[in-house]
Amino acid sequence: MKFGGSPVLAPTFPPWRARLVIGAATLALGALAARAAYLQGWNRDFLQAKGESRYSRTLEVPAVRGRIFDRNGEALAVSTPVKSIWAIPEDASAGGRDLDRLAATLEVPRAELRAKLADTGRDFVYLKRQVPPEVAERVAALRLPGIHQSKEYRRYYPAGEAMAHVLGFTDVDDIGREGIELAYQEHLGGRPGSRRVIKDRLGEIVEDVVSLRAAKDGGDLVLALDSRIQNLAYGELRRAVEAHRAKGGGIVVLDVATGEVLALANLPSYNPNNRAQLAGPQLRNRAVTDAFEPGSTLKPFTVALALDIGRIAPATTISVAPGSLTIGQAVIRDAHPEKALTVEQVIQKSSNVGAAKIALELRPESMWGFFDDIGFGAAPRLGFPGEAVGKLRPYKTWRPVEQATMSYGHGISVSLVQLARAYTMFARDGDLVPLSLLKVDAAPRGEPVLSKRTAEAVRRMLELAAQPGGTAPRARIVGYRVAGKTGTAHKQVDGAYAEDRYRSSFVGFAPASRPRLVIAVMIDEPSAGQHFGGVVAAPVFAKVMAGALRLLGAPPDAPMEPIEAAPPALEVRESA
Amino acid sequence: MSRLSLLALVVLAVCALGLVTSQHHARKLFAELEREQARTAELEVEHGQLQLEASTWARHARVERLARERLHMRPPEAKRMQILEAPPAAGGSRR
Repeated sequence: MKFGGSPVLAPTFPPWRARLVIGAATLALGALAARAAYLQGWNRDFLQAKGESRYSRTLEVPAVRGRIFDRNGEALAVSTPVKSIWAIPEDASAGGRDLDRLAATLEVPRAELRAKLADTGRDFVYLKRQVPPEVAERVAALRLPGIHQSKEYRRYYPAGEAMAHVLGFTDVDDIGREGIELAYQEHLGGRPGSRRVIKDRLGEIVEDVVSLRAAKDGGDLVLALDSRIQNLAYGELRRAVEAHRAKGGGIVVLDVATGEVLALANLPSYNPNNRAQLAGPQLRNRAVTDAFEPGSTLKPFTVALALDIGRIAPATTISVAPGSLTIGQAVIRDAHPEKALTVEQVIQKSSNVGAAKIALELRPESMWGFFDDIGFGAAPRLGFPGEAVGKLRPYKTWRPVEQATMSYGHGISVSLVQLARAYTMFARDGDLVPLSLLKVDAAPRGEPVLSKRTAEAVRRMLELAAQPGGTAPRARIVGYRVAGKTGTAHKQVDGAYAEDRYRSSFVGFAPASRPRLVIAVMIDEPSAGQHFGGVVAAPVFAKVMAGALRLLGAPPDAPMEPIEAAPPALEVRESA
Repeated sequence: MSRLSLLALVVLAVCALGLVTSQHHARKLFAELEREQARTAELEVEHGQLQLEASTWARHARVERLARERLHMRPPEAKRMQILEAPPAAGGSRR
């Protein structure tokens, strides 16, 4: 039996119906194909983005600012997360009780909050920045609409005001603004990154898609500073500034062998953790950014140059009678007129006339060249912002009287750091090393400036100056031989020297047999009756030096006998 | 022939299931890694805070004040000090 012949299967419908069905099916297929082409061709990017936004998220990867440590690994500056509270004024409907509670929690005046929230024209307003995490949690617990939080960093300085000038500080965005924080911003600052990830239904990250920008944490910094010596130096300086009712002061402690800055402090100071009332003068890192006329602390340099080129010998006698020297219209005076002094005594008793006479023996260009060699008139390149260059005029413009006054530190200006560095030359057998704020691994090679013999001769003179019969017997310390020079300079006010305003200084090193540390102290305008460098600045030097040598465990080079105060007759008052 | 296809089908199904489980496993591990990394960051922050605290407690001025006031310590007088040279063999300088 043939199916084809079956009457049941015989086509009983008109053929156009079959064509209609086929046509409809083809049309439907065509529509589907067109839709698919439309979605996958034209609209693909939009739809893929929509799809991805359901599961993929771009996350900020935070970066932390590097920490600062002292040479012994003590933390000096650390950033730690805090919250900032911000609002979208349009969404924030806090009023009445809510506003009261928010103001109380944040410790912000209610009126201030209200004013900020009333400004609906803005999309974003900070209510308070750098809020401790506990407070931020209490704010979150209030569940106020339109009030949001974000994470940021705040930097803490546990050493407080003792290190304020060296470290400086950062602003609210944790970017360095002063001191080392500014100088090493590039190294310390982190760079936040971002990455794209896939999150699951529970909000957990299940896959890393791509890192859009790699985050880079800031690098740590190990300073040359020794926080024990720094605290000691700051404390003693503050005591002296208070006792002498001075306007300010500075102290620098250098390691002779490596040129490292072990301590650097200034007064007036400030607390870097609370900078609410911060004024300009407090911010100044005087020891580095302020140049001053150093006075007699400069005498050893003129003498050293004259010794080095063989103009004089330590025992050469110089006539200083009658205690004054007239050059043109200017008169140079000594506080204690003498007839004749040896070169050694010129330093020991700090004779202006003697130093001036030695200076006049020298050619201006060789004196200028020497000052230039030891770094006067050039920034010390510590890396601090705003380092003082000091004033060293070109020798062609020098008049004889200026050359003479420069020998005892007038008509030339240097910063305390420059002065301290120049003294390392005497402590180091005549060569100079670059200074470093960062810890140094290997001692740098020195640049020779003077012969070893000259350096030894000047060391001996400086040791005499710090003994009874010199200007600074108060610089002595138990168990160590000390060498150093006082300075007492009239301050310049409106271009003229003020009769009653002084700057007292002392620069020295110890132990004299094998120097370890150079300390320079400067006290600005002592006004409690005393103004001589030997009385005001030398005791600070002695206390800091004694403490620092004990901390470093330096072997004593003198008998451990108590020091008796020098009889007044044996304490020479220098001429200012 | 059809038996071979059937076998291939079974193998395919097992592989597919394996892929799903391993993917799931990988995601779980990744989530764990993320959590641990977040913990590392948290501990790092805490370490910083503890360093701050240690520095604050160990401030020289504070230690000195405590030594003076609570323990009644004071620096020895010069005449009561005696310096001993350390023998070179022992190495290191002693105070």
